[in-house]
Amino acid sequence: MAPPELKQLSAFSWEIAPRGAMRVAAVLFASRALIDAMDAKVFEQACNVATLPGIVQASYAMPDAHWGYGFPIGGVAAFDAEEGGVVSAGGVGFDISCGVRTLHTGLTVAQLEHSKTALADALFEHIPAGVGSTGALRLNDKAMDAMLAGGAQWAVAQGYGDEADLARIEEHGCMRGAVPSAVSAQAKRRQRDEMGTLGSGNHYLEVQRVAEIFDAPAAAAFGLKVDDVVVSIHCGSRGLGHQIGTEYLKDMAIAAGEYGIRLPDRELACAPIDSPLGQRYLGAMRAAINCALANRQIITHLTREVFARLVPQAHLNLLYDVSHNTCKVEEHVIDGKARRLFVHRKGATRAFGPGHRDLPPDLRPVGQPVLIGGSMGTSSYILVGTGESETRAFSSACHGAGRAMSRHAATRQWHGRDVVDDLAARGIVIRSPSLRGVAEEAPGAYKDVSAVVDAADAAGLARKVARLLPMACVKG
Amino acid sequence: MTASWQHFSHEADIGIAGIAPDLAGAFAQAALALTAVICDPQRVRPERLVEIACTAPDRELLLVDWLNALIYEMAVRHMLFSRFEVQLDGTRLRARAWGEPVDVTRHRPAVEVKGATYTELGVFQDVQGLWHAQCVVDV
Repeated sequence: MAPPELKQLSAFSWEIAPRGAMRVAAVLFASRALIDAMDAKVFEQACNVATLPGIVQASYAMPDAHWGYGFPIGGVAAFDAEEGGVVSAGGVGFDISCGVRTLHTGLTVAQLEHSKTALADALFEHIPAGVGSTGALRLNDKAMDAMLAGGAQWAVAQGYGDEADLARIEEHGCMRGAVPSAVSAQAKRRQRDEMGTLGSGNHYLEVQRVAEIFDAPAAAAFGLKVDDVVVSIHCGSRGLGHQIGTEYLKDMAIAAGEYGIRLPDRELACAPIDSPLGQRYLGAMRAAINCALANRQIITHLTREVFARLVPQAHLNLLYDVSHNTCKVEEHVIDGKARRLFVHRKGATRAFGPGHRDLPPDLRPVGQPVLIGGSMGTSSYILVGTGESETRAFSSACHGAGRAMSRHAATRQWHGRDVVDDLAARGIVIRSPSLRGVAEEAPGAYKDVSAVVDAADAAGLARKVARLLPMACVKG
Repeated sequence: MTASWQHFSHEADIGIAGIAPDLAGAFAQAALALTAVICDPQRVRPERLVEIACTAPDRELLLVDWLNALIYEMAVRHMLFSRFEVQLDGTRLRARAWGEPVDVTRHRPAVEVKGATYTELGVFQDVQGLWHAQCVVDV
């Protein structure tokens, strides 16, 4: 049930006016049904974010918003350093730069259908996934620092992919401003043998078919046709990002008082952007972004190896790679004036519209692909940033369905074996090291991704381009 | 009054709680609850010992530090733990954890834990005198 102070601004946007310590309003983008189903904690957390120093315009929540820690998952907020703005470890999260990349295969459903099961088996065998898994790559200290500074550019230089991939990755595959020395020895140790691993939880590698096209010109620009087969990879910065989140969250929670910041919730731990701690965190967080970009690049290489062996006629070209948990410096126009802002997106996707200078030249006339992950049995979506998304929420959109049910409730409702069998009956091959993990991630445990995407589209955050359906999924 | 652990619901992640007649016992039970997020603790053989020490400004942060220290040891050693002895001295903790390397076939781990959070964080004594140590962990 929505809180009574929620004012409807339009069919798909809602506002909680500033009250108490809130410096700006909280604005939520969602349909009435999604608002009614939203956890009350989302409203509370969006309001808490609005109390942080230097916040600009409003605290935003995307249509897939759910209860996070500090920030809601699906939370977006921008801060101005010149107005005492902060950077928040809680506003980025533990899985720094967790994101999705989608690859064309050049194949149609008819070409792949018969080898789908063999492909799923081979991908499951070749790409390390799940608890305790390790990658084939071991990084010494020097290589670790080079990876943290170079991201996917480093990975390509090591032979994992090619130059063409880099053009289709945010930041051209390398987040500038990374400071490997701001990353602790513990964080680096945690990552030493985790490069090229998928992780667990909601991370996956999915072979998908294009089921529906909504926007023919944008789909053509993205190279998508109905019955094309694509591969989507969802994972992040692994142990390194988790450890950075852990360490800086604590440092910021302890230091907040010294900076005169009153935290309504310890999870909102933050530091002024211009403080030594704020700058150190930004350097470490950017290194973690590079770790995630390198990790997805290595997994892409492993995926290509499997396809080359089983389906040699396939050519896996990268459509795009986007991250969900980041803080990035961007220029946005506020009241007619361009300002340099630190935009936090936690469980939210950047969605630059047509003409943005950070887009690759061939996508610039169309806008940025916005990749929305599904959940094994449900649709995934490809959207595109719009011109108006800049004015909505600093060019941001949703990132997935968002959970509707706790992991506990999911395991009470489903058995992993039944989920795998039910999906197999629908032609979807699931491979996972854990049946309990499959039950926790059962498609029914998530919100209706189509309702979330429809709300994002209707709210003007991004426009629908294509709907994808799973054929095979390796679940971490 | 016996020691126990439990999980509580969070929309995306999992809440863990340790309950015991003494504070150190509650911290140990919370660690068992942490393992239970990943797999059935009874499947984990307490064969190898790892020693852990941490300090924090208050006992709530100490709980988070303790759990994060375990998460770190699990990650870098590729181990799971099933037996814990915790000693507390103010806001200092010394502990011994016993476990074994992850065996996917036998342990059937469901999910890894990214970190312990401050969400629903609490270290308190209930009206019956039992200590509770709880927080949400990010999975």
